[in-house]
Amino acid sequence: MFLAAAIQTATEVLPHIDGYVYPNEQNFLWSVLIVVYPYITGLVAGAFIMASFVRVFNVKPLEPVYRLSLLTALAFLLCAPLPLLLHLGHPERCFEMMLTPHLSSPMAMFGFVYAWYLMAVLLLELWLDYRADFVQWSRDNKGLKGWLYRLLTVGVMDTSPAALKLDHKMSLTISIVGIPSAFLLHGYVGFIFGSIKANPWWGNVLMPVIFIFSAMVSGMAMCVALYMIITKLRKQKLDIACLDVMGRMLFYALVVDAAIEGLDWLHRLYSADESIHVLKNLATGKLFYTLLILQALLGTVVPLVFLGLGQLFPKTISAAARTKIYAIMAVLILVGVAAMRWNVVIGGQLFSKSLRGFTTYKMEMAGHEGVTMALILLALPFVILTVLVKLFLPKRMTAARELHAVASAAPNTT
Amino acid sequence: MSKDTSRRHALRVFGGTVAGILSFAAAKTAKAVVQKGLVSTGAPKGYDPTKHKWLMALDIDRCIGCGFCVEACKEENNVPQGASYFRTWIERYVIKKAAPGSGNMRGECIVDSPNGGRNGFPPSLVPREDILKAFFVPKLCNLCEHSPCVQACPVGATFDAPDGVVLVDPNYCVGCGFCIQACPYGCRFMNPETRTAEKCSLCYHRITRDLKPACVEVCPTQARVFGDLKNCTPDDPIMQFITKNKVQTLKPHLGTEPRVAYAGMDKEVR
Repeated sequence: MFLAAAIQTATEVLPHIDGYVYPNEQNFLWSVLIVVYPYITGLVAGAFIMASFVRVFNVKPLEPVYRLSLLTALAFLLCAPLPLLLHLGHPERCFEMMLTPHLSSPMAMFGFVYAWYLMAVLLLELWLDYRADFVQWSRDNKGLKGWLYRLLTVGVMDTSPAALKLDHKMSLTISIVGIPSAFLLHGYVGFIFGSIKANPWWGNVLMPVIFIFSAMVSGMAMCVALYMIITKLRKQKLDIACLDVMGRMLFYALVVDAAIEGLDWLHRLYSADESIHVLKNLATGKLFYTLLILQALLGTVVPLVFLGLGQLFPKTISAAARTKIYAIMAVLILVGVAAMRWNVVIGGQLFSKSLRGFTTYKMEMAGHEGVTMALILLALPFVILTVLVKLFLPKRMTAARELHAVASAAPNTT
Repeated sequence: MSKDTSRRHALRVFGGTVAGILSFAAAKTAKAVVQKGLVSTGAPKGYDPTKHKWLMALDIDRCIGCGFCVEACKEENNVPQGASYFRTWIERYVIKKAAPGSGNMRGECIVDSPNGGRNGFPPSLVPREDILKAFFVPKLCNLCEHSPCVQACPVGATFDAPDGVVLVDPNYCVGCGFCIQACPYGCRFMNPETRTAEKCSLCYHRITRDLKPACVEVCPTQARVFGDLKNCTPDDPIMQFITKNKVQTLKPHLGTEPRVAYAGMDKEVR
């Protein structure tokens, strides 16, 4: 018995340790899947907020990306629980979180926040926005596709102007509720980390705010990138006015995001509590490339400079150059925010809570928590989005959507 | 008009479905509350947790780092054999002398815990003449009054028993690991076999049968002192320990209010 134990202990592959970590901390707990999770939910929240600019704040130039933003939010939201589910030791017990939630746990709120956001906000808003189209498409299409659109009308076939107006009014209300809901969805994810006082890298009152703004930034960048890709694939002309507004929004959100994250670091460095030495070593050592290079430099400073130049000299930079800037900056921001999620989730586990040492994270290639699975989970929303775009985003804006636009413009003209 | 009703009907069906799911959740919650009262803890029938308040205290000056406690815990509780799964472990602190003329009070502090101290400790790599002081610190669940692990558990699988022990119900744990992240002391781990969170239970199956925890039983120097604060006389070892020593707890600034008390603790211990 003892011999067997000794052999098992001797053959166990332990991570490389610098300094001292508590023995139990040698098991790296939250893998790359938990990096994917806040990344995906952030994209949902950001894309939804982008759509809200059209609906709530009536930002007309963004109209071409309204439905795309909502569909993007839906595609990513459908995949949001998957990384969590795959990570659980007992995924078959996952519904216990909703059925018997422990109310003091922020994690117990996941199911409710998710269900609220999916069912009460996103699906309802999409349905109300699309209802008239579903009715029209169910008449225009035969076979399976027609049957699907008919199913999606849920039997509500009224497309009279009064009915459309009601749809629009209800949709507006949901959009207004949706903005705090989007903040709630991602602020809650930030709170999961921010509430852990045991971990000085995570336990931080600014964490939910940082998560919300980084979510907005990433979601908007994703909308910019997707709008460009889809328009190019459809060989249509890019709406530069729309891109300019998206670029401006992206810039402002990034300014706030960078300011809050900068404030966080300033506060940490100035107050310099007992954890500052280990955190400084973490930032300049194990997280050098992902934090300082990817997140701070390429994901924040460079986009701030280039998007800022676009704001300062809108006339001197040609439309073609601006388009290129938006495309490259969107990709950089998306990479930067992914790096930020990595730095939070993985970075927070790389140092010991004894504040005396570091461990290492060896990412598996295969396995249900490996990098392959993470890539599959990151690719899945795009597959879903492709289907959604094929079904619900025809090349030309539909009559119903134009009617909505007229209806929404009506109060301003009278 | 009838078409308007149809929309209303659709929303009503949707609302009804949501309400149905929520009321099902409420019913399950009520059931869980009842079940919690009947939770299986390893205690014998008739054991009343409200009549006890268990506590462990540790005398750092007495610990010799033999590792018997770690070994006994592993065997008694069927703890996974690997070198990264411990319900209790021992840390060795070696504090070097300050460099002459540096003006410092003391030198570097080197901490290690090879295999959790299970097999004892090899000689320190620091030459004897460079050592200012060295000591061993046994670690275990700190039995916090305000346990962050209990607060964090999304399903209530980990809970504060009325007798002061923090327990995990392995039949209920979903294996999310949030409690492990929330524990500031590194006392929890994910059992690779059961895929649930695990921690020191003070050998609940033993203490509820008037036996001492395995680690206390085997400690050759009585560095570990165990007792029941609700049922002890002034000459009980646990009361003697608290009376005679100035005791400290780990990471008191976090507000978890650990109950496990340490005597003779140095500032380097975290």
